[in-house]
Amino acid sequence: MNIYVLIKRTFDTEEKIVVSGGKIQEDGAEFIINPYDEYAIEEAIQVRDAHGGEVTVLTMGGEDAEKQLRTALAMGADKAVLINIEDDLDELDQFTAAQLLADYLKDKNPDLILAGNVAIDGGSGQVGPRVADLLEINYVTTITKLEINGSQVNIVRDVEGDSEMIETSLPLLVTAQQGLNEPRYPSLPGIMKAKKKPLEEVELDDLDIDEDDVVAKTETLEIYLPPKKEAGRVLQGDLSNQVQELVQLLRTEAKVI
Amino acid sequence: MTKKVIVLGEVREGALRNVSFEAIGAAKKISVGGEIVAVLLGESIQSLGAEMIHYGADRVVTVEHPHLKSYTSDGFSQAFMAVVESEKPDAVVFGHTALGKDLSPKVASKLKSGLVSDVTGIEGEGDGAVFIRPIFSGKAFEKVKVKDGIVFVTVRPNNIEPLAHDASRSGDVSSISVDITNLRTIIKEVVRKSSEGVDLSEAKVVIAGGRGVKSEEGFEPLKELAKVLNGAVGASRGACDADYCDYSLQIGQTGKVVTPDLYIAAGISGAIQHLAGMSNSKIIVAINKDPEANIFKVADYGIVGDLFEVIPMLTEEFKKLKAN
Repeated sequence: MNIYVLIKRTFDTEEKIVVSGGKIQEDGAEFIINPYDEYAIEEAIQVRDAHGGEVTVLTMGGEDAEKQLRTALAMGADKAVLINIEDDLDELDQFTAAQLLADYLKDKNPDLILAGNVAIDGGSGQVGPRVADLLEINYVTTITKLEINGSQVNIVRDVEGDSEMIETSLPLLVTAQQGLNEPRYPSLPGIMKAKKKPLEEVELDDLDIDEDDVVAKTETLEIYLPPKKEAGRVLQGDLSNQVQELVQLLRTEAKVI
Repeated sequence: MTKKVIVLGEVREGALRNVSFEAIGAAKKISVGGEIVAVLLGESIQSLGAEMIHYGADRVVTVEHPHLKSYTSDGFSQAFMAVVESEKPDAVVFGHTALGKDLSPKVASKLKSGLVSDVTGIEGEGDGAVFIRPIFSGKAFEKVKVKDGIVFVTVRPNNIEPLAHDASRSGDVSSISVDITNLRTIIKEVVRKSSEGVDLSEAKVVIAGGRGVKSEEGFEPLKELAKVLNGAVGASRGACDADYCDYSLQIGQTGKVVTPDLYIAAGISGAIQHLAGMSNSKIIVAINKDPEANIFKVADYGIVGDLFEVIPMLTEEFKKLKAN
């Protein structure tokens, strides 16, 4: 089976966000594979181990993203591809990202593409379904279970807490929801092997796409931090009085009840 | 310049979701007096059209088809694109719900448009509209403008004011027929886990439990309180990882981001990854045994105490209030 995983390099969830000059400061920040993409990588490896084939991890960005690709290879992916746009594109939105990824994938005949259901930085959740639409293949988002029998696929999908049992077929793109699996940590032999696995770098010129086709449709004007929340009031006194006071405050001061 | 805006109304269990009315509120700002057309897709939904008009839509177009009884991206995108082709809108607004998140990227791809998703605020209007959306799950915000093509946004539930309900408003409710074919997804069954009460992302009140809840049974008092307040129960990653509850309840940078009017955090320490998912709630109440817990730093009101004492007392107190 020809399996692709779309991954994104993101800030570590424990990082505080620092903004200066309307932009996010990246200096000194820790970067990780977007946590939802880790589920996608893990699932891809399990599908390959059960059904044979090859797992290719694909990302887009600058050379820094090689680190996350190597981590995916160390987990057990077979090949990695970086679409390096560092020198070519200043502005990028989900439209652009999907155009580039789909263009790279269009002659690769993937049977299964996996991605995270959302990236924890931009949080748009658009790129997976957009890529599927451009490739004219079906997609199922926020999956928590995947079973493949031949070309038939059974999926459990999380829909706001409810579970949908879905039947569909390959080729297919799925996006991973928490609960799909437990992503493995790269093992030491895995890390050693990953160094020798192929990591291909592709530039915009290598793709069959005009720069006009990847001009972003949206533009971020400004990034800012929410007003810092002041620590409020810790109530005092007898516990039952505190509870009564709290209910009063919620009614009369906060007016939320 | 005025803009014609299409709003997708979302139907769940025979009723329109609140976020659909909020989407009309957003459409009003984008339209600058242009026409707002509500679209309803489903099996028998004609009768819900009037409600969209009462909340500010000028006109309603419905597509009814047996294949639209359950949501599928294939079925809904075919129906919606048929409406887009006949209406030729300048802008489109969906709710940022499970359905909206699944469908909007496919529609945006077909429209070759941008998509500003998960919008929590709008500044300006018409061509000058600037959309505010959280990034890093609310650790920061960005202001986004659409440079080219159709203005397509999804709005997060509970953030955009709906227009006032006006039962005297009237408008045309028409239907178009669409041939819906080639559904590649079959939904065999839906297992309802969240059938008790209110959806977490739309709830006005959220009662969330953390490690301090200690067990699956420990969530019972939280559920009781949620019932009295017509709210939803959520959880921290700690509680989910410890198997006290389902991952679908998780609030945080991984998990759901919620912005209710009232967020009650019980036995939650307040790790940065949890705060990202709830710190933009209007009012936060923290209940924790540890006075040093991080959660008190973002809480409007705090009670230092055992949640198993405090929560049942709160439930009783709210019951009394309701009885009066």
